[in-house]
Amino acid sequence: MVMGDMEMSTDLLVIGGGPGGYGAAFRAVDLGLDVILVEQRQRLGGLCLHAGCIPAKTLLHLTQLLDETRRAKKMGLHFGEPEIDLAALRNWQQQVITSMADNLTNLGKRRGVLVLRGRARFSGAGAVRLEGAEISGIKFKQAIIATGSRPRLLPGLVLSPGGRIMDSTAALALTEIPKTLLVVGGGYVGLELGSIYASLGSRVTLMEKQDRLLAKADADLVAPLQARLAEQFAATHLATRVEGLEETEAGVTVRYTQGGKTTEQPAEHVLLTIGRIPNSDDLGLEHTGVSLDSRGFIKIDDQLRTTDARIFAAGDVTGGVMLAHKATRQGRIAAEVIGGKKVGFDVRAIPAVVYTEPQIAWCGLTEEGARRENIPHAVQRYLLQDSGRTMNGFTKLLSHPADGRILGVGLVGGDAEGFIGEAALAIEMGALAEDLALVLHPYPTMAEGQ
Amino acid sequence: MTTSFRLPDLGEGVHEAEILAIPVTSGQKVVEGQIILEIETDKAAVEIPSPVTGIVGDILVTVGAMAVVGEVLMTFQTSAGQGTAAQDATPPSAAKSQSPGDAQQPVPASPSTRRLARELDVDLRAVTPSGSGGIVTKEDVEAHARQKHMAPPPPATAAPLVPARQAAEPAPTGLPDFSKWGPVERRPFRSIRRATATQMTASWTRIPHVNCQDSVDITRLEAFRQKHKAELTAAGGRLTMTVFAMKAVATALKTYPSFNASLDLGAQEIIVKNYFHIGIATDSENGLLVPVIRDVDRKSIKELAIEVDAAITRVRSGKYSREELQGGTFTITNAGALGGHHFSAIINYPEVAILGLGQGRMQPVVVTAAGGKHEIVPRLMMPIVLCFDHRVVDGADAIRFLKLVMNALEDPDELLITMT
Repeated sequence: MVMGDMEMSTDLLVIGGGPGGYGAAFRAVDLGLDVILVEQRQRLGGLCLHAGCIPAKTLLHLTQLLDETRRAKKMGLHFGEPEIDLAALRNWQQQVITSMADNLTNLGKRRGVLVLRGRARFSGAGAVRLEGAEISGIKFKQAIIATGSRPRLLPGLVLSPGGRIMDSTAALALTEIPKTLLVVGGGYVGLELGSIYASLGSRVTLMEKQDRLLAKADADLVAPLQARLAEQFAATHLATRVEGLEETEAGVTVRYTQGGKTTEQPAEHVLLTIGRIPNSDDLGLEHTGVSLDSRGFIKIDDQLRTTDARIFAAGDVTGGVMLAHKATRQGRIAAEVIGGKKVGFDVRAIPAVVYTEPQIAWCGLTEEGARRENIPHAVQRYLLQDSGRTMNGFTKLLSHPADGRILGVGLVGGDAEGFIGEAALAIEMGALAEDLALVLHPYPTMAEGQ
Repeated sequence: MTTSFRLPDLGEGVHEAEILAIPVTSGQKVVEGQIILEIETDKAAVEIPSPVTGIVGDILVTVGAMAVVGEVLMTFQTSAGQGTAAQDATPPSAAKSQSPGDAQQPVPASPSTRRLARELDVDLRAVTPSGSGGIVTKEDVEAHARQKHMAPPPPATAAPLVPARQAAEPAPTGLPDFSKWGPVERRPFRSIRRATATQMTASWTRIPHVNCQDSVDITRLEAFRQKHKAELTAAGGRLTMTVFAMKAVATALKTYPSFNASLDLGAQEIIVKNYFHIGIATDSENGLLVPVIRDVDRKSIKELAIEVDAAITRVRSGKYSREELQGGTFTITNAGALGGHHFSAIINYPEVAILGLGQGRMQPVVVTAAGGKHEIVPRLMMPIVLCFDHRVVDGADAIRFLKLVMNALEDPDELLITMT
């Protein structure tokens, strides 16, 4: 038999080895299903581990340390000028990724998940063809699509490897620290990566088409960050829409519109972080009953079912909040539904953290969301006293005015990531604002301010 | 924005409704309050007004379908500026004490409790919370699931409503193929027909029925009725034998309160009601319905003649509310108008007795004159039957009760003097 013609069959086919895909595959195997996972990359982990949260967090940890030492100087602690060894930094980053990827591979092996490397496209009812794999196709009873998302680019723009225009993946590879860097897009990716490069010494300019940063978070939470970025970045241009980028020998020509006028300006290096688009376009979905929304996200119900009875979907490819922890939960729920369990995705508080300095975190209802949806709410704000830093943050609590039940929490301040889990627990458990107030928090910590 | 319209909670015990008519179509503009659906629960047809002003989006049900409470029936497109912000629109009638936005506030329950509820098919909104501040606990969900599976006896005072899909009868075993012997037609067994079946089975299987039959001489009462008929018609009522019987029964119930009761086996108690709400079995196009006339003891013959006629008219035209059919303590069924003579009746569970009236017919009756001389005279005789629950009352009391009613009906003067 020619290897290329070999077909396999399985109970459950999982397409994509990121947080949604491995979450689904591991859970499905635990439930006794026969599972094949197809992943394009050499190892599991997806974009999150290989070119997203994990490499970013590794760098953020170091650049924040760098910022701390600079701040410590004002408080009487001198470390001298730091030396940045880019090759060693990359090496450390790679070590972290490798160790986590190995860990995932072992977890999969121990469970008996069959992981195939390749690219899967649906070819008919209950079948995919594989490209770049040792197997030519797989027949499945059920499938879970967890193919994730990729950075959105400007129309017509093609990135060249090692070029002057980078997407987040290229930026995280940290090939060099440019003298100047234009970041296009003021979402969390642009702000985190912009902060990293600024800490490492680049003069960072930011352009954002909206009149504010981090449009998904409440403006009052963003304000302290915006003030901090004003010190850290060379310039932040809001309400500035980048229309086109053209790479030249000398740099990049940036065409942008500001106040109704379109201008051109040269830039040395550009980082494009204008959102993410679903990887749903090259999956052969036309051979299935799966339907997409107007932006290309796969439509699902609360049991992660698509409009095709055989096929489920989880993670970024289904849209909504595009975060790894949500994708993993969705994947697990999809696997449990396929495994015959009566469950659904009913998370009420998806915590989101922006790892800037100061950090911003929120979960549940936002104040702006509540106003937009006309949901009755009361807002309380508490200052977070942070003796270790010059900046004070605050906590914001949204509760129902009738019964005091907590609907949403927002935080801005040094270690917001450490508290948002408690907020998520409070919302999921149906706690009242009073419950949170009656829980003792240790003093002196930032948590006490809650 | 899009809002979904769900079948609202229609009151105690109603889990589902049949869609009778959908007077709107997808894409049609509607204003708040406009009728968008006609539905029928076990015993009442209800018109549902639109909770919003907007455009009808998807209609997710079809005429004849059964919908359960909470199910999305249709969606609306509303312009966001109109302030109809509730994503989950609830019609004004079902809004109870909810504040705006409550519909979309999730039921407070921990993630593991929510998971358990889904496993046990429990709707968190239907669970009575025991946790602080209205939190639904794991125990609450378990208790609710247990209750659901035990199919509790219907509440003693409200009209009994066994969940309709729990078939009234034991599962039919192997019906023959009737079409072998000739053409057949299959009709849906739903709505009022099914509710009646459930109710009758509950009554017949739970209550040891006893009948007390007699005939009552209504010659004088009929003369009285004929004399006052026109004047009551002018007042907008209808003076029927039922109206007199109601008055007589109210008096008898006051004298023998055990007949105005319900048996609570769970508590091992007899619940005697200190109000006298009498149901009138009414034949309608849609089936048997029993509108309840409240506080019969406090109303005059004239008031009753008007009220009963209005209630029957509402029931027959389908324009009645569920509440009108609830809360009865005793039922009267008058088969006389249709020509029925002697018959037996089934008690309207959880009541304990029912009075049946047949058609009054001229009969040869032996009367004994003052001198002891027997004479055969034509009298208008009406069959009368009292069916009672022998667990709660005994035959002797039943005869006394029936005699009291008969005496009142035989003699209009007696009726007027004794009536309460």
